[in-house]
Amino acid sequence: MAVTEIRPTTDALLKTDAPKKPANMGQIIRWTLLFLGGVAMVMPIAYMISTSLKWPHEVYNLKLIPDEPHLENYTYVLEDGRFYWWFLNSMIIAVITTVCNVIFDSLVGYTLCKFRFPGRYIVFIAILSTLMIPTEMLVIPWYLMSQQFGWLDTYWGIMFPGLMTAFGTFLMKQFFETVPDDFIEAARIDGLNELQIWWTVAMPLVKPALAALAIFVFLGNWTAFIWPLIVTNSVEMYTLPVGLSSFGDEADVAWELIMTGAAISTIPTLIVFLIFQRYIIQGVVMAGLKG
Amino acid sequence: MYRNLTIRQKQIVWAWAFLAIPILFYTVIRFYPTGNAILISFQDWNLLGDRTWTGFDNYQTLFADPVFWKVFRNTFVYLLIGTPVSLIISFVIAYHLDQVRFMHGFLRMLYFLPFMTSAVAMAWVWRWFYQPVPVGLFNNALASMGIPQFPFLQSTTWALPSVLAPAVWAGLGFQVIIFMAGLRAIPRSYYEAARIDGVSWWTVLWEITLPLLKPTIVFIVVFSSIGFLRIFDHVFNMTTNNPGGPLNSTKPLVLMIYETAFSAFDMGYAAAQTVVLFLVLLVVSLIQLRILRDS
Repeated sequence: MAVTEIRPTTDALLKTDAPKKPANMGQIIRWTLLFLGGVAMVMPIAYMISTSLKWPHEVYNLKLIPDEPHLENYTYVLEDGRFYWWFLNSMIIAVITTVCNVIFDSLVGYTLCKFRFPGRYIVFIAILSTLMIPTEMLVIPWYLMSQQFGWLDTYWGIMFPGLMTAFGTFLMKQFFETVPDDFIEAARIDGLNELQIWWTVAMPLVKPALAALAIFVFLGNWTAFIWPLIVTNSVEMYTLPVGLSSFGDEADVAWELIMTGAAISTIPTLIVFLIFQRYIIQGVVMAGLKG
Repeated sequence: MYRNLTIRQKQIVWAWAFLAIPILFYTVIRFYPTGNAILISFQDWNLLGDRTWTGFDNYQTLFADPVFWKVFRNTFVYLLIGTPVSLIISFVIAYHLDQVRFMHGFLRMLYFLPFMTSAVAMAWVWRWFYQPVPVGLFNNALASMGIPQFPFLQSTTWALPSVLAPAVWAGLGFQVIIFMAGLRAIPRSYYEAARIDGVSWWTVLWEITLPLLKPTIVFIVVFSSIGFLRIFDHVFNMTTNNPGGPLNSTKPLVLMIYETAFSAFDMGYAAAQTVVLFLVLLVVSLIQLRILRDS
């Protein structure tokens, strides 16, 4: 969306500039309602964690704090090692995909932004046009391709569709516009080759954008469901969401175990969020406004 | 040879060298499959047997299939409830949150936290909430207040909104953040001028805030609509015992595609459904852009 003009920097966008007023009744009511709404928003997460610490007989009461919190559910769920595998699989896939996207999306974005060459516009439009194609339309051909080349049930099979994204390319192209051409020209005169200029001059200047892209790609792959569900068929190759889905079915009505599995797949991203909150929210704003 | 090139020619060489792998990727992993999906949609194929050309048969079967129309309707119900509801709620939250200073960051964190969760995990959490007494949280809460049970996922009427609720919930935080950034970008001077003129807050909202927020609204509407039209994770995980049930009342198009392709292995028929999904997304996005940009 072309909404970038006249906007202050994202950093400024995140600071409150509400005028400081003495607290009046209206302000207090507003704050209280917002607070209650916020608490309601995190309730599902709170209940998930709380239930994962409960004994089966406590699951059905409404208390948020378990009478005798314990980690038995975690021991039980992790016992047969499946969750370790799924966790590892998800981590490997999300990390590799993220690295790949950061490198290739920015390389393509940079090339389309800073080079003048015949065919540039066509390449740009072609990549942009893939944004219109929903993943669901491609899963059948991808599945056939994977079957033909023996990619079913492999890491490569899970990863290959997401190694580059048009969204990331477009995002990075927008951000490279902010890198002055003079910098690149100066580096050229200094005798750096184009690969060095991209990596050592341009890339460090768009670090916040790279971080935003990395967050989006990581989160997207960490939570991806439909394609891993289709392409994997052995339990050891499942990713966390696929594993959790099959575990939920199998645990049937042992809700405290299902909540434990859900907590295992959610808590890591929540911790990462709590640590890098500021950067992540900034990244979301950047990606949202420029993407 | 490279040495003899002019600076401009060297740049062209570099550009294509940088683009070589990505172009290969986009061709093989994006464009070829797109064409292939369209091609398969005109064939009859169950993965094992021969591929036979059938012209528009798959599309004719699809349009004559009552399940498809049920699914088509569901998909639009997800869109028509999900998009406006999440738009209004997130605007109201952002509008008020924007004017709060005390513990602003903390409140913002509370609203944003659900966005960081995985849809599959949260679908199971909400599924538990919705269970009948004595299991589910919501019905237990109702029971403790003496209110009769609510059927949530068991009812053909209420299952769809019940499945939609966690999808709306998970996306709110993102929309709130985007709205707040949009609100922040409106120059203060507009509000000051309005205050000097003594304009009511209601007029300020309708005459200044909302019109200036239009690009943000367009973005959120288009972005969230695409999400609701492609809903799958929540539905699949909340109804694993009877996917899309009860009686197909929650089944969206993507779930129908998944079942046709990977349970029934009717690849041609499934491909035709994906082409329909593509056209739906395209048409809805174009209509929204047209209406919202022009009005």
